[in-house]
This record gives sequence, structure tokens and C-alpha cells, in this order.
Amino acid sequence: MPVSTSPQGAPIWQRRTTRAQWLQFVAWLLGLSLFLLCWKAISDNTMWVFVEDAGRQGSDLISRMMPPRWEYANVLWKPMWDTLNIATLGTVLGIIMAFPVAFLAARNTTPHPLVRSLALTIIVSSRSINSLIWAMLLVTILGPGVLAGIIAIALRSIGFVGKLLYEAIEEIHPTPVEAISATGASRLQVMNYGVLPQVMPAFAGISVYRWDINIRESTVLGLVGAGGIGLQLNASINSLAWNQVSVIFVMIFATVLVSEWVSARVRHAII
Amino acid sequence: MLTLTDVGKRYPTGDRALTDIQLTLPKGQVMALIGPSGAGKSTLIRCVNRLVEPTQGSIRLEDIELTKLSGNRLRHARRSMGMIFQEYALVDRLTVMENVLSGQLGYVGFWRSFLRRYPQDAVAEAFRLLERVGLPHAIDKRADALSGGQRQRVGIARALLQSPKLLLVDEPTASLDPKTSRQIMRLIRELCAERELAAIINIHDVALARQFADRIVGLRAGEIVFDGQPSELTSEILTTIYGEEDWDTTPEPADDEETDEQEKEREAHRYQSGRDLRRLASLADGGVR
Amino acid sequence: MSSTDSLARQQAARKGYWRRLPLIDNPRVRWGLVLGAMVYLVLALASVEVNWARVAEGAGRALNFLGAFLQPDFVSRQSDILAGLLESLTMTLTSTVIGVLLAIPVGLGAARNISPLPVYAVCRSIIAVSRTFQEIIIAILFVVMFGFGPFAGMLTLAFATIGFMAKLLAEDIEDLDWRQVEAVRATGASWWQTMNHAIQPQVMPRLIGLSMYRLDINFRESSVIGIVGAGGIGATLNTSLSRYEYGTSAAILLIIIAIVLMSEYASSYVRRWTQ
Ligand SMILES: Nc1ncnc2c1ncn2[C@@H]1O[C@H](COP(=O)(O)OP(=O)(O)OP(=O)(O)O)[C@@H](O)[C@H]1O
Ligand SMILES: [Mg+2]
Repeated sequence: MPVSTSPQGAPIWQRRTTRAQWLQFVAWLLGLSLFLLCWKAISDNTMWVFVEDAGRQGSDLISRMMPPRWEYANVLWKPMWDTLNIATLGTVLGIIMAFPVAFLAARNTTPHPLVRSLALTIIVSSRSINSLIWAMLLVTILGPGVLAGIIAIALRSIGFVGKLLYEAIEEIHPTPVEAISATGASRLQVMNYGVLPQVMPAFAGISVYRWDINIRESTVLGLVGAGGIGLQLNASINSLAWNQVSVIFVMIFATVLVSEWVSARVRHAII
Repeated sequence: MLTLTDVGKRYPTGDRALTDIQLTLPKGQVMALIGPSGAGKSTLIRCVNRLVEPTQGSIRLEDIELTKLSGNRLRHARRSMGMIFQEYALVDRLTVMENVLSGQLGYVGFWRSFLRRYPQDAVAEAFRLLERVGLPHAIDKRADALSGGQRQRVGIARALLQSPKLLLVDEPTASLDPKTSRQIMRLIRELCAERELAAIINIHDVALARQFADRIVGLRAGEIVFDGQPSELTSEILTTIYGEEDWDTTPEPADDEETDEQEKEREAHRYQSGRDLRRLASLADGGVR
Repeated sequence: MSSTDSLARQQAARKGYWRRLPLIDNPRVRWGLVLGAMVYLVLALASVEVNWARVAEGAGRALNFLGAFLQPDFVSRQSDILAGLLESLTMTLTSTVIGVLLAIPVGLGAARNISPLPVYAVCRSIIAVSRTFQEIIIAILFVVMFGFGPFAGMLTLAFATIGFMAKLLAEDIEDLDWRQVEAVRATGASWWQTMNHAIQPQVMPRLIGLSMYRLDINFRESSVIGIVGAGGIGATLNTSLSRYEYGTSAAILLIIIAIVLMSEYASSYVRRWTQ
């Protein structure tokens, strides 16, 4: 009760009771000490001489990047095309796989609770593991190349699309679904007529959104050998060709801006 | 034609919604089911087509025992029971024609329905029904572009496209204005006569029930407390069904306002609890197939 | 659709002929899109070079890897895993705290309705840069500047956090309920008091929720920036993969999944608690 009574009998208004205030205080204290502890652990593992040197290193880096070697851009068209393909094909593959998983994971469409847990496990595993890690795995398995990148993007997308889609499925209106079941429709028909039309806009929006994210992610997959412009980035960094690196950065920046614009436009059109 | 024997329903939450219901509905009879909110009217209707699983008793449609069916047999049985909902329960993002054609889902295979390749006579029949309910021009409109009364007409056409023997109607007029309510009730009544359909109609408006039903059944706290002709429905009986109230002296216009008020209240109540409960119910009973 | 079309469709439907309306009205646009998509697919697929011999060779490895998931090896590299994990967790926590704290001023500056144009422009460009470049690219630059180790990693994650949080915060502020703000201002409150009483309560619950979400993202990211030397479990994972020690890799991945799961539960709990 935030209102208590003073000894004189006048009500005193407080934002929280003293007990809650204490708890809050202790929570802040604990949080702060945890933060300091972590900070200490990091600073123990840091060579502070390098950090002190950072300003000089930074300006040095910039000066070496600075006139970008624009003619290098000509080498980048093919890797950029690959990057685009990794993102797009990966997204397509990912949503194809995510679609059934989401239906199995949604409470109101799953055939069995056990199936649901399995689908949720797939979603969590896919979401927890960064696409770069997926790419590292796939490069050791499939060898370096665009294919590893596509599959990495697809595997990472399953979790993202699956999670958002199954949440959308759980939020549909139940009455149209009931009405369709009441006509004697089969399970699949109920999905097709009762559920699908209701989640279609969400599904399209989620897919485009993920495509936009995948464009960004596919720009770096090359760092672990999974194709795309990241390969050139890696090569340029390894050969300390920083004036090429800056060209690549500009390319990435432009591509991401365009993809963001496209995705926003498409999502706007859908909704 | 439809026979309920000792039907009972207890929800997993412990609510006892129906107890020992005995009911026989002959062919072609239009029966109104009245009773206060929470009496179990919707539950009764939903037990018949197994959107809700009855926990005891037997329900027979002609000579099929409905409570024992599952899978394909249940699908087949459901085809012969058309259901009409209060909130119309159309699929908003499908067109009117698609909504009506979904009444055929029990008859066509998955791929046909997926590709919307319905048999020619089904399409023709769907169009005839749309003409009958007065909406032939709306075939390509999306369902969410229609008014409440128009939606209910589409819902009726969908139910009739199942070629049902029985109509289960759950508060068809609760979201409609008084005039449209009358038109919808008249339409249902006429269609039942044309096709010799039996119907169970849940309805809150006693005047409408009196006017359009052959028989009235009163439900209170899950039990049948009245079963007879509309003319037999006296003030005393209304009191047993609904509780104490001055039934005769309520002036007409005030009556309208009051139902409006009640309606709003019910609407709010439904909005809060109904959806979640219903979702729970369909989950618990495996009603969503 | 014109009314003659509509009438024609009604006539056809009366005779039993009815087809679903196409998604796109104009047949030229429709077929053009289909054709364009086909051409793109063919071109894109054709440019994917697959070395089938290498893939076949890898199939065995894939099986080994799946097998490793059934028998993850937590012990043989235990100390490496533990050290990497601890580093990841410390980086995650510090970077989230620092990032969120810095994101607040940037977010305020990037809200068009409360900040002057030059500040707005600067803050928006910080956000744009931070959001465009993947953490790993930033990590490369920071490693060059600050040396190997968790400090560079922490800065990377903090920088990424700024972009993420500030953008969402700015959007929140931009569609704030101004009547409440006006009401507080009308009592003669100062700028700080307005912030504290009108803006903070409206933005705070979501800010906490988003911070929890970002904590989760930062942990996941901290598992990869180690690849370029910015500390954390990523380095251990990378080493184990390149040595084909799949048991250890599987163990690390399982740990990551478990922690993400736990943090998801924790954050849903915290969100409920703060609302
Ligand atoms: N899904 C459910 N889970 C638990 N209890 C339920 C569920 N659905 C209904 N009930 C309970 O069963 C009883 C009957 O509900 P029912 O919906 O059948 O009443 P009704 O007569 O249709 O009321 P209304 O006129 O408001 O529609 C009520 O006490 C209600 O609380
Ligand atoms: Mg009801």
C-alpha cells in the first residue's frame, strides 16, 4: 500500500513501500557489483597499452583507408551478386522449411504436444546459433562456397520465421477455424481455409523482414569461407589493403540501405 | 430425427454446463432454445456437432451415434449439420464465394479445395444460394467488406451448401439491429421450410423466438425447464427460466433499449472471456481438427 | 475490376464456372512478375557452383557431427570452454549495460520531435552505421584498434547495442502520447521533471523488455566475434571446428542453446514483472 498513515494520523503518500524500496535498493546494488565484477574480469584480460594506443591506431587505419581504391569496385560485382543470391535463396529455402515447423509448433494447430516440443526445439536451436556459426559448420562439411552460405542462411532463418509465424498462428481468431471444422473439412482443409488466410499477411511481412536481415548477414559469411563479398573483405584485410576494405564497406552500406528500403516498401504494401 | 439422451457436459474447469438433457427433434421442426446467459445453450449446440465433446450420454442423428465418431466418419456426419454463428465466423480475407464454397469442404478432396477447383454443380448451387440470400453481386467481395447482416447471409449460404439435414444456429441475430434480425430469422425459417430442415436456434430475444419457432425449449443452469409451443410460454414460465422480472408491463420501446444494453454487456463479457474460454474448450476437446 | 467483368463472372458462376480471382489484376504485370522470378531463380541457381565430390566427402563428416551431438564432449576441453564462456558472459553483460546507457542519449537525440536538426542528423547516422555493419565487421576494426581480447569484443557489442536500442527508443518517443507530456508540462515542470514524469513512465517498460532481448542477442553475437579475435566462446568453437573435434563443438553449441533458452525464460519473467 503506497498510502500509509503517519503517527499524527495524516496520510503519507509514497511511491513504494519501504520493503519494496529496500528490495529495489538491494537489486540495484547486486546489479552494480555484478557489473563491476564483469568489468574487472574484462580489464584483467586486456592489454591496456594497446587500448591507450587506440586513438593513433584508429587514425592510422582511417588514413590508410582513405582514398578508397574505387577501381576495385569492378572486381566486386560478382561477389555482390553472390551475396544477393545467398540471402535470397537462403531466405526462400528457410521459409519453405519454417512454414510446416511453425504449424507444428503453434498450440492450436499442432497434432500432438510431443510434436510441438520437437518443433520448438528446432526453432530454438536454429535461433540460438548465429548464421556465421552455421556457416563455419557447413564449410567444414560441404567445403567453402556459396552453397554453404545459402544453407547457413536458411538454417538460421527457420528459427526466426518459425517463431514469429507460430506466434501469429496462435493469435488468429478461433471462430472461423471452428466454422470450417464444422463443415466437415479435413485437418489440412481447416489449415488451408481457416488458418492460412488469417496468417498470410504476417507470413509475408516476416519473410521480407528476414530477407532484409539476411542481406546484412550474408555480407560477412565469406569471412569463414561461405561465399559472397565477405571473401573479398577477408582477402583485403589479410593483405592489409585497407583502401579496398573501404570500398567494400561503401558497397555493403549501399546494398543494405537499398534492401532496407525495398523491404520497408514491400511490407508497407502488404499491410 | 435428432435424439439426445442423458447428455451431460462438464468442462475441464469443473463447470457443469449440461445435465441429463433429453431432447427429440423431428424432421422439419424449428426449435428455439432460450435461457439466460451461461445456461448452456451454446454448449448444447456444440455438443451436437462435436465442436465440444459431451462428457456423457448419447446423441443420434437419424441412426448414427454421433458421440462415438472420429476421423473421417465424424467429418461425414458434420457435413449433414450446418452451423451458423453469432459472429458470422466468416474467413475475412477470403471472398464471399470462397466462404460459401467452404461449405463443400466435407465433400471435396484437399487438392481440389486447395486449387479452388470445385465441381460445376457445387459452384452453381453456391451461386443459387447467394441469389437466394440476396447477394449475387457480392461474389468477389472480400468477406470483411460486408455489413453484419450481409455476412450473416453468407454464413447461412455456407451452411446450406453443406446440404444439411439439420441447422445448428447459435444466436444468429445477437449482433444485428432489430430489423435485420427479423429478416435473418425469416430467411432461416423460410429456408428450413423449403428444404424440410430441422433447426435448433439459440436466441436471446424471446419475442423473435415466439414469432419464428415451432417449439421453444427453455434451458436454465444446464437443465431443460420448459419444452412446449410458443403459445404455452407464459410469464410464470419465463420467470422459471430467467428469474424474477415483470414480463408483461415492459413497454415496447424501452424493451428495445434494454436489449441493446444487455447486448452491449454481453458483447463486453464475451469479448473478455468468451474467446479465451472457447479457445480453451476447443483445445481441451480437440474440437479444432 | 470493372462492372462488366463482374457481371460476366456472375453469369459464369450461375452456370457453375468460377475461378479464384488472381492476386494481381493486370495479367501483364502478373505474368511479368512470374517470368522475372523464374529468370532470377534460374540465373541465381546457375551461379551456385557446387563441388559434388567435396560434398560427398563432407557427407561422412556431417554424420560424424550429428553423432557428436548425441555424445557431446564437455570434458576434454573443459577449461577452454569454461574460460570462453565466462568471457562471453562478462562481455555480454558489460556491453549491454554500457550500450543501453549510451543508447538513451542517442535515442533521445534521434527522436525528431524533441531534438534539433543537427543533433538529429548526427544521432541518426550513428544509428545507421551501427545497424548496417554486422558485429563481426565492427569487431575486426576494433581488434585492429584496441588489440585482441574481450575489450574489443565488449566495445563491438556495445556499439551494436547503441544502434539497435537507440532506433527503437527514438521510434517509441516519436509516437509517444503527447497529452500526458503536455499535462505534466502544464503543472510547470522543468525539462528534467517532464522527462522523469511524462516520458520515462511511457517508455520504460518497453526499454526494459528490449534490453533483455538485446542481452540475449549480445550473448549470441558474443559467440561469433571470437572468430576474429574479439574474445569469448567463439574462438574456442572456431578452434574445435578447425581441428575436427566435433564432440567439443557440439558441447559448445548445446551450451549456447541452453543459455539462450534460459535467458528467454528469464526475460519473459522479467517482462511480466516490470509490467
Ligand atoms: N470453454 C469453456 N471452458 C469452461 N467452461 C465453459 C466453457 N465454455 C462455456 N463454459 C461454461 O459453461 C456454461 C455454459 O456456457 P454456454 O456458453 O454454453 O452458455 P450460453 O447459454 O451459450 O450463454 P450465452 O447466452 O452467454 O451465450 C457457463 O457456465 C460457462 O462458464
Ligand atoms: Mg452462447
